[in-house]
Amino acid sequence: MKVFEEIGGYFQLMERVFSKPERPRIYWHQLVLEIEKLGLRSIGIVAVISVFMGGIITLQLTYNMSNPLMPTYIIGLGNRDTLILEFSCTVLSLMLAGKVGSNIASEIGSMRVTEQIDSLELMGVNSASFLILPKTIAVLFISPILFVFSVFCGIIGGLIAGPVSGVVTIADYMGGIKTSFVPFFVTFSIIKTMVFGFLIATVPAYMGYYVQGGALEVGRASTRSVVSTSILILFFDLILTQLLFK
Amino acid sequence: MIEIKNINKSFENRPILKDVTTLFEKGKTNLIIGQSGSGKTVLLKSIVRLIEVDSGEILFDGRDIRLMSFRDLQQLRQEMGMVFQGGALFDSLSVAENVRFPMDMFTTMSAAEKARHVDFCLDRVNIKGAHKLFPSEISGGMRKRVAIARAIALNPRYLFCDEPNSGLDPVTSILIDNLIHEITEEFNITTLVNTHDMNSVMEIGDNILFISGGEKGWEGNNTQILFTRNKKLNEFVFASPFSKRIRDLKQREDDE
Repeated sequence: MKVFEEIGGYFQLMERVFSKPERPRIYWHQLVLEIEKLGLRSIGIVAVISVFMGGIITLQLTYNMSNPLMPTYIIGLGNRDTLILEFSCTVLSLMLAGKVGSNIASEIGSMRVTEQIDSLELMGVNSASFLILPKTIAVLFISPILFVFSVFCGIIGGLIAGPVSGVVTIADYMGGIKTSFVPFFVTFSIIKTMVFGFLIATVPAYMGYYVQGGALEVGRASTRSVVSTSILILFFDLILTQLLFK
Repeated sequence: MIEIKNINKSFENRPILKDVTTLFEKGKTNLIIGQSGSGKTVLLKSIVRLIEVDSGEILFDGRDIRLMSFRDLQQLRQEMGMVFQGGALFDSLSVAENVRFPMDMFTTMSAAEKARHVDFCLDRVNIKGAHKLFPSEISGGMRKRVAIARAIALNPRYLFCDEPNSGLDPVTSILIDNLIHEITEEFNITTLVNTHDMNSVMEIGDNILFISGGEKGWEGNNTQILFTRNKKLNEFVFASPFSKRIRDLKQREDDE
């Protein structure tokens, strides 16, 4: 029963989040701040993780598929498609659920326990919309950009790790990157990334918005939001893969 | 003027407010007093509908806040100002931005007009030269005063203060009490203050509501409170041995 209550509460909150803003100009200002805070400040970690993962995938592909009959361009191709189909959208979203999700849950949760949300309500501001809408739009806007950036970094990672360890030449690797490219894979992954982005912003926001108590509960909500968002991301990954690839 | 009629509120079958009826007058500092846990914060939050009551009427100059739609409620709340216990200033905004926030949200004032009005509000609460500081960089007393400045930024008709003196020294407490009292008379606001500070009661209690165990225990002003025979109220007002002794002396003097 508790699950249904939570789902109902979530949709009720979303109804308030997506109602008409009081002062669009102020929301615009908030949006710019959130893009900077949630998006631009994630670029560093996305770059580091993607470069390493690109390198690791390249090496794994090489060592696990070493067969004289297998053309070496398959390494670049495999790395590219792994990055596009799963790593740069799903794995990266799981990581962002930890970084961005916990940030959103603890920020909104702290505002709740220090009565800042009550204070907004008392001024006549739709606090749900004011706090959550800019964060949601910011994450939706930045997610596809981070996805493309991550794929790019992952390919660079493979380009470094492959030739340096001597398992593939630059020419073979780059040849593989350009072989049998399926544009639909990118569309599919951008759709997934945006769905995950919506979850990353709104699920932790919901958990934080309804926190009751003090610091302990804020911490708990933050942890709970990361766990729930991660599970939901995997669940939607399964559903979207089935729906879009059928 | 705010009128409440037969308010009841329970949490998990535990009654917190029991049939409370009273009238808070305009241009007066209306105090809600009572022990910790007596239900005064619940009452204050129920009046502004941060908590939904189970039954009763809450009338803001005749308008029942309980029957309002979300949009109407938002409109009414633009006529309110509230000072929360911890100040509830926005951490991410500076002192000046905090005071300017309601103006940004709800007025079409120019930047220069807003800046002038921010100066006026901060001057009114005796804060100078702290415009650019953040809430974490100022003292508790200053935070409360900034919260008052923010609450009066849009010239509210109704002002609510939840324990404005808690955690403050006696000098700052009196300063804040007087400030609330002056603002109330100056702008003819209906002010409700939750407190358990007896200094406030004596200083600014134009109209006092005593809540005991969720019920209305007594009602009157700061002169009447000294001579009441209400047992529970007396226990509350003269809780310290020092004040008990003063009362006994005073009553002996009166009897003679």
